[in-house]
Amino acid sequence: MLRRITLKSLWNRRLAVSLTIAAIALSTALILAVERVRMETRASFTNTIAGTDLIVGARTSPIQLLLYSVFGLGDPTNNVSWDSFEKISAHPSVAWSIPISLGDSHRGFRVLGTTRAYFEHLRFGNDRQLALSNGDLSDEPLAVVLGATVARQLGYSIGTGIVIAHGTRDDGLSGHDNLPFTVTGILAATGTPADRTVYVSLEGIEAIHTGWESGIPVAGETLHADHLHEADLHSEAITAFFLGLEQRPQVLQFQRAINNFPEEPLLAILPGNALTELWQLFGNAELALVVVAAMTVVTGLLGMVVGIFSTLNERRREMAIMRSVGARPGDIFTLLMAESALIGVIGAASGFLVLTAAALTAAATIGDSMGVSLSAGMPSGRELLLLGAVVIAAIAAGALPAWHAYRLSLHDGLSARGG
Amino acid sequence: MSECIVDLADVAYAWPGHQPLLKISRMQITAGERVFIFGPSGSGKSTLLGLIAGIHLPTQGCVTLFGKDTRTLSASARDRLRGAEMGFVFQQFNLISYLSVMDNVLLPVSFSAARRQRLGSIAEREQQADALLAHLGLGGHINQQPAAELSVGQQQRVAVARALLGKPKLIICDEPTSALDAQSRDSFLEVIANECQRNNAALIFVSHDQSLAAHFDRHLDMHELNPLISAEA
Repeated sequence: MLRRITLKSLWNRRLAVSLTIAAIALSTALILAVERVRMETRASFTNTIAGTDLIVGARTSPIQLLLYSVFGLGDPTNNVSWDSFEKISAHPSVAWSIPISLGDSHRGFRVLGTTRAYFEHLRFGNDRQLALSNGDLSDEPLAVVLGATVARQLGYSIGTGIVIAHGTRDDGLSGHDNLPFTVTGILAATGTPADRTVYVSLEGIEAIHTGWESGIPVAGETLHADHLHEADLHSEAITAFFLGLEQRPQVLQFQRAINNFPEEPLLAILPGNALTELWQLFGNAELALVVVAAMTVVTGLLGMVVGIFSTLNERRREMAIMRSVGARPGDIFTLLMAESALIGVIGAASGFLVLTAAALTAAATIGDSMGVSLSAGMPSGRELLLLGAVVIAAIAAGALPAWHAYRLSLHDGLSARGG
Repeated sequence: MSECIVDLADVAYAWPGHQPLLKISRMQITAGERVFIFGPSGSGKSTLLGLIAGIHLPTQGCVTLFGKDTRTLSASARDRLRGAEMGFVFQQFNLISYLSVMDNVLLPVSFSAARRQRLGSIAEREQQADALLAHLGLGGHINQQPAAELSVGQQQRVAVARALLGKPKLIICDEPTSALDAQSRDSFLEVIANECQRNNAALIFVSHDQSLAAHFDRHLDMHELNPLISAEA
């Protein structure tokens, strides 16, 4: 019966109450979305590279090496000589090595020169391998494999011919148009920077740069496709390389050895450590988002408190009636607490539904335009904690008007003339 | 046969920090009797009803309700006693507007375990509420209507049904007829007197309208009860 009184009382004020619930639901959805995007971004971030024990490049800062070798961000300062790469790769501790060569682009997408080893050994996510959704890997020097996003955004398919631009900014002026490449394979989407990468062979990179040693094409020295097979396409230098070791416990020792490599100043990093370090740079921005979202929840709850307070005066008569049939001031307190608890529970639950609906309808749009993923699903442990925190905060906030009502009913007794 | 249910002895009441506004040397109500208390506003009748309801404790003297000295009871024990043994009808706004007539009549069940027990099962409660409403001239179809849709006269009768539900021993009416026209007032008085008699409940009826006194066994005048009554009242 008390439950019925609470429900009917809320129903009687359904417009105001539903607005209050909407405010709490939206703010709850916001804080859940921030949490979910945060977690998924972190997961996809730390899943960008897996199974690689060391990344080796010219000496620079670990984060910079990580940024250009894994995320395709920023420009490498120096190269690693092919000799050093071969020497280190030949070490008995090394299980596999993947050379990469960066510095060119195609219509805004990074071009990465590498070998078949890249597709065989590199892992992302939970030990997943890069997989082709279309076509094949080819040993032809001018074959190109596209990341899923590249193919989709540029509308390329198997057989499309493309020209690679010199430098990472494709200004349409200095293109390697003497050697057009052909798309032979398209990768399945991974949710990592691989989706936005154009893969070519190291020979291809070497071929387009022949005659470009000074940074601009020198007439007569550049290659033409017809002469490709006669040319020596052996790389002199690469940008960086990924290493997999036979035995992981050796990794620190091996890292130290590379960092002290006598023939060339090199830097070896553990991808996991560097990723963590990089992620910490975002920590403050993350925190700011969480704080803003939490403030909207507080605002929503304040709305609820104001809403309940505004009804108290007209409900003094109602409280006097209840007192006359034996209600204690504590019962009045309980009734009002039940009201805010119910609003809090419905608000939090609706917030979760709003988030799920948003994830189901808008996830693709959000993912494409902002590069963040928001997936629908059951609440995680942390999300349940957040939902619980919203409900507890609603109950705590509801104690304010409930306490006021308690004082009022104690003071008024049976004689309130309000209403 | 003449069990004393309300007994005020040498009672004085003052709001904290104020001069006493009520002083009653003796006042007793026995079971089943019908008492008319004549009191214009400002005569201390609200305070008197607060003392009888167990809302207020006397600052001096002793209020005994159903054999219990109110000063020995905790606040919630007094609330329980009120819920168990008393029914109230106020001047107006007796009902919770968003609850149905039936829910309003059943309201004491929510707050008083004693009345709940006396009423028995949910079906029995509703049956008794139905019967009371029927006795008060309110038909079945009205029971599920929101209280707000009733006329003032109907609302006052619903309040009587609520006051009587679960057979409390004392019904207290505070100016219940002042919002009614002459015709409804007479029928209301008749109905409430009959119902109290039928339910063996004592009735305390407070009004400033002396013409209603004829319906009652005993008449008390606040002017005589309370020597502190202000001269202008």
